[in-house]
Amino acid sequence: MIEGTANQNPRYTKYHPKWHRAKIPIFWWIHKLPHIRFIARELTSVAVALYACILLFQILAVADGPEAYARFLAWLKTPFSVFLHAVAFLFVLFHSITWFNLAPKALVVSLGNKRVPPVAIVALNYAAWLILSLAISWILLK
Amino acid sequence: MKKSIEPFWWGLFGAGGTCAAFFIPVLLFLNGLAIPLGWIDAPAFEHVSNLVTHPLTRLFLFVVISLSFFHWAHRFRFTLYDGLQLKHLNLLIAVLTYGSAIVGTLIAAFTLWNI
Repeated sequence: MIEGTANQNPRYTKYHPKWHRAKIPIFWWIHKLPHIRFIARELTSVAVALYACILLFQILAVADGPEAYARFLAWLKTPFSVFLHAVAFLFVLFHSITWFNLAPKALVVSLGNKRVPPVAIVALNYAAWLILSLAISWILLK
Repeated sequence: MKKSIEPFWWGLFGAGGTCAAFFIPVLLFLNGLAIPLGWIDAPAFEHVSNLVTHPLTRLFLFVVISLSFFHWAHRFRFTLYDGLQLKHLNLLIAVLTYGSAIVGTLIAAFTLWNI
């Protein structure tokens, strides 16, 4: 993954001399679709952390008893919450899809002396995703 | 941030990304959309409470929540570096992002331990 190598650039030193370089505007990535996609992928992490927080609040509400939990469920029904969750859902889906599609790059599996084709690894990830999602739905709703 | 500790953060980032990819969409969809919008009947409080207090569920929730925070911390850190060109604030950003993840992990651990 790109992240791990970004600051291992040997040319990057903290106290570099002032050579000339063109200023890069903050929104440099807005002009090209792949760049927007890259930033969107990076920002999925915000949706992931946001939902981890909401989940934590839900657990706190359960711990506080039926009334606190009912109040929390009522908040979940507010238009603001539904909107927030709808947007966050799109981002976490994007995270899952990009994550699984990159899995063969991080996970090179060999059987005997043959490499398992990348498509098979991606397919296995999607299958596992489906099964785990169904299992969690079943446990939560049964 | 010392270079030698980078693989550690990267490992947490990877584990968190995998955990989040598998588990967050279904949890978010059920709890945040399908149940509030009435597509699915909300499970009774008793059931949710029994579920959440089960040791395995607590462990599961702790792992998902904590690793999600560390996943965010690492990725967001590099988003700030690359997207917003903030490389000179390296240490400050690292402390704020990983620090938040550590605080979030402690809160999750405390909550799930005492529930």
